[in-house]
Amino acid sequence: MEALININKLNLFYGAFHALKDVTLTIPEKAITAFIGPSGCGKSTLLRTLNRMNDMIPGTRIEGGIAIGGTEIYSNEVDVETLRKKVGMVFQQPNPFPKSIYDNVAYGPRLHGITSKKELDEIVETSLKSAVLWDEVKDHLKRSAFGLSGGQQQRLCIARALAVNPNILLMDEATSALDPISTLKIEELAQELKDKYTIVMVTHNMHQAARVSNQTVFFLNGEVIEYSDTEKLFSNPTDQRTEDYISGRFG
Amino acid sequence: MQSEGLQSIDQAQTVNKELYEFKNKRVSIMNKLMPVVLFLCASVSVLTTIGIVFTLITETYQFFKQIPILDFLFGTKWSPLIPPKSFGVLPLLSGTLMITFIACLVAIPLGLASAIYLSEYAPKRVRKIIKPILEVLAGVPTIVYGYFALSLVTPLIQSLFDSAGVFNALSAGIVVGIMIIPMVSSLSEDAMSAVPRSLRDGAYALGATRFEVALKIVVPAAFSGIVASAVLAFSRAIGETMIVTVAAGSTPNMTVNPLDSIQTMTAYIVQVSLGDTPHGSIEYGSIFAVGMTLFVITFLLNILAQYIARKFREEY
Amino acid sequence: MNIFQDANRTQIAGRRRTDWLLHILFVVATSIGVIALCALIVDILIDGIARLQPDLFTNFPSRRAEGSGMKSALVGTIYMLLIMAPISFIFGVGAAIYLEEYAKKGKITRLIQLNISTLAGVPSIVYGILGLALFVRLLALDRSLIAGALTMTLLVLPIIIVSAQEAIRAVPKSRRDASFALGATKWQTVYRSVLPSALPGVLTGVILAMSRAIGETAPLVMIGALTYVAFLPEGLKDSFTVIPIQVYNWLSKPKVEFQELAASGIIVLLALLLLMNFSAILLRNKYQKNV
Repeated sequence: MEALININKLNLFYGAFHALKDVTLTIPEKAITAFIGPSGCGKSTLLRTLNRMNDMIPGTRIEGGIAIGGTEIYSNEVDVETLRKKVGMVFQQPNPFPKSIYDNVAYGPRLHGITSKKELDEIVETSLKSAVLWDEVKDHLKRSAFGLSGGQQQRLCIARALAVNPNILLMDEATSALDPISTLKIEELAQELKDKYTIVMVTHNMHQAARVSNQTVFFLNGEVIEYSDTEKLFSNPTDQRTEDYISGRFG
Repeated sequence: MQSEGLQSIDQAQTVNKELYEFKNKRVSIMNKLMPVVLFLCASVSVLTTIGIVFTLITETYQFFKQIPILDFLFGTKWSPLIPPKSFGVLPLLSGTLMITFIACLVAIPLGLASAIYLSEYAPKRVRKIIKPILEVLAGVPTIVYGYFALSLVTPLIQSLFDSAGVFNALSAGIVVGIMIIPMVSSLSEDAMSAVPRSLRDGAYALGATRFEVALKIVVPAAFSGIVASAVLAFSRAIGETMIVTVAAGSTPNMTVNPLDSIQTMTAYIVQVSLGDTPHGSIEYGSIFAVGMTLFVITFLLNILAQYIARKFREEY
Repeated sequence: MNIFQDANRTQIAGRRRTDWLLHILFVVATSIGVIALCALIVDILIDGIARLQPDLFTNFPSRRAEGSGMKSALVGTIYMLLIMAPISFIFGVGAAIYLEEYAKKGKITRLIQLNISTLAGVPSIVYGILGLALFVRLLALDRSLIAGALTMTLLVLPIIIVSAQEAIRAVPKSRRDASFALGATKWQTVYRSVLPSALPGVLTGVILAMSRAIGETAPLVMIGALTYVAFLPEGLKDSFTVIPIQVYNWLSKPKVEFQELAASGIIVLLALLLLMNFSAILLRNKYQKNV
C-alpha cells in the first residue's frame, strides 16, 4: 500500500496549550486508518488538521508539515477550499442542512461550480448510491433531510461528502450518536468505501477500530504512542501504555 | 436539681411553642395571601390590554356614529380642523406607509448586513465593541432622533434636492430607519446564532467560503427569525411618533414624493392633543379612531412576527 | 501523485473575491450605525454646549431664549421617576414572581405571557391614549403628575416583568431546594431565598425601564404634560412637564436660539440616561460575579 498522507514533526498549539507533540505518521491510501486514545489525547485535533478545520479556531498555531500526495497542505500551492473538497469530513452528530435531501447532496458540487441540472442529478444519484441510501430515498428527494432517521442522516452526510469527489474521507466519531444497527451499517459502508477512498476515522470505541480498520494509531497526551497494523496493535502491542489502554485499565 | 432543670426546659419549650405558633400563623397567612396579591400584580398587564381595547372601541364607536366608517376607511381627504371637515384616513395611512417604507429600506438591509457581519465575520473583540454601541443607538430617545433629523439630515437632503422642504418624509423616514437598525440587527443576529455550529462546520468541510456559509446556510436556516425581525421593525416604524412629528410635517397628503411634507397617524394624534380640543368633540373622537387603526395594524403585525418566530423554533 | 492538480483555482479566486467584497460591504453597513451615532452626538454637542450654563438648571422656561431654563422640566422628570419607580417595581416584580414561581403552566399563564410580549410591541402613543381616557378623564386626575406617572408605569411594566422573569429564572433550583429542605414555606422561600439572589438582575431591569421612561415623549404629550410650566409641582395633582417635552417645545420654535436650547436640553437628557445605564451595567457586572 502506498502512503498518501505524510505527517512530519507536526506540533499544534491552542494558545499556550500544546495539543499535538512531534507527530510523525504516514497514512496509506485506500485503507482505513483508525485514531484511538482517551478524550483530549489529540486524535480529533490531528484529524481536523488534515482538512485544516482547525484554521477557524482563533489562537491555533502549527509547526511542521502535512503533505497529501506530496503536496504540502499548509502551503500556497493548495487552496483550502480545494483541500476540503479533496478531503471530505463526516462529523460526530449527523448535520444535514435544513434543506431537501437533493439539495444537501448537491450543495458541494454547486459550490464548486457545477450548475447543469443533468450533471447534478447524476452526482446526487451516484453519491446516494455509494452511501447506500439511494433505495431508501430515491422517491422523495425533495423532502426535508430532517425527516430521515439518525442513521439515514449520517449516510446522507457521507453522500454529501462524496458528492464533491474526494480522495480522502475523515470520520470524526461518526457513529457515536447512532444506535447499534445504524452503527453497523456505517461500518459496512466504510468497508465498501475503502476500495475507492482513503478513510481516516477517529473512534472512541476500540472494538470498532479493531473491527473496521487496517491500521491503528494510539494517541496519548498529544503524542503518537504506537502505530501499526490493527491486528498487531490489538493482539501484541509493543508499548505498555497501549496495552493498558486496550485492556481497559484507563481511558 | 435534675428535675428542676427539666422543668425549666419544659417552660422554655412552652414559651417557644407559643412564639412558634404565633409566628407560624403569620407565616401561613402570608403564604396563602401572597399568591393572590401576586396574581393581581400579573393581571395588571391583562387589564392594561383590556383598558386599551375598551377605550379605543367605545370612543371609536362614538366617532363612527358621526362619521360613517366607510368614509373614514376609504376617504381620501383628511381635514379635521378646517371646514369643510373631512375624515378620510387614507392620507394619514399613506403618510405612515411612506415613512415606514423608507425606514425599512434603510433598516432592513443595514440591520441584516450588520447581523451577518457580527454573527459570521467579526472577531470576538470587534463584536464586543460594536454590540454595546448598537445598544446605545437603540436606547437614544426618539425626540433626540427628531432633533438629529431636523438639524442634520434635513439640511443634507435640502442641499442634494432643491425641492425638499424643511419638513419632508425622506428625512424622517431615514432617521426612523437608523433608529430601528439595532432592533433588526440584534433580533436577526439572535436567530443566526441559534443556527447550530455543526451546520457551519458541515458547509466549511465541503470547501465553502465564509460568504457561502453565511448566505447559503446560515441565512436560510435563520430565515423565519430574520423575517420576524423585519416584521417587528415594520411595526415599530408605523408606531414611531416623535421623529415624524418633528421632521415630517403636518400636511395630510396623499403623495408618492418623499420630498413632500406629509402627516402620519401618530403625528396627527399629537397635533390634536397639543391643541385644546374639547372632550366629546368630533376632533377628540378622531384621535381614538386613528389610534384604533394604528393599534390594530401594529397588533396584527406583532402577532404575525411571533407566529413566524415560533415556527422557526420548531425547526431544530 | 498530485491529487490537487485538477483544482480550478480561478473559480476559487473568484469566490474569494466575492467573499472579500461582501466582507467590506458588511463592515461598511455595520459602521453606518456607528457613524450615525457619532454624528448625532457631535451634532448635539456642537449645537448645545454653549447653552449649558447654570441658567439652564436654575431658570424656568420663558418666551425669550436668553436666560430660559428647564428647571421645571428637570424637577418634573425626577418627580415622575420617584413616583414611578416604586409602583412599577412592586407590580412588575410581583407579576414576575407570580409567573415564574406560582403560575401553573396552563392556558391562563400562556395568555398572560403572550399578552405581556404583545404589550411590549404596542406603540407608546397608544398608552398615551389609554392614559388620556383612563387617568385624565375617567379617574379625573386631570393633566397631572400622577396621571403621567401612572401612564408611564403601564408603559414600562412589560419591560420590567420580562427582565425580572429572566433574573428569577436564573436563580439556581438548588437555592429553592435548600430553603424548602429547611422547612420554609413557599413564600418564605421566594422572599428570603429567590428574591435576594435575583435582586441585582431585577434592579438592572428596573433601571433600564426607567431610562426608557425618561426619554418617552409621545404618551406624555397625549395626556397633556404642559410645555410651558413656570412653577414646580407641589402635589401629585399639579400639572408638570418633563425634559423631552421641554425639548420638543423648544424644537418646535423656529428661532435658532431655541434650537440651541433644545440641543442643550438633549445633552442633559443624554447625560442622565448615561448615568442610569452606567449604574445598570455596574449592577449587571456585580450580578454576573455572584451567580
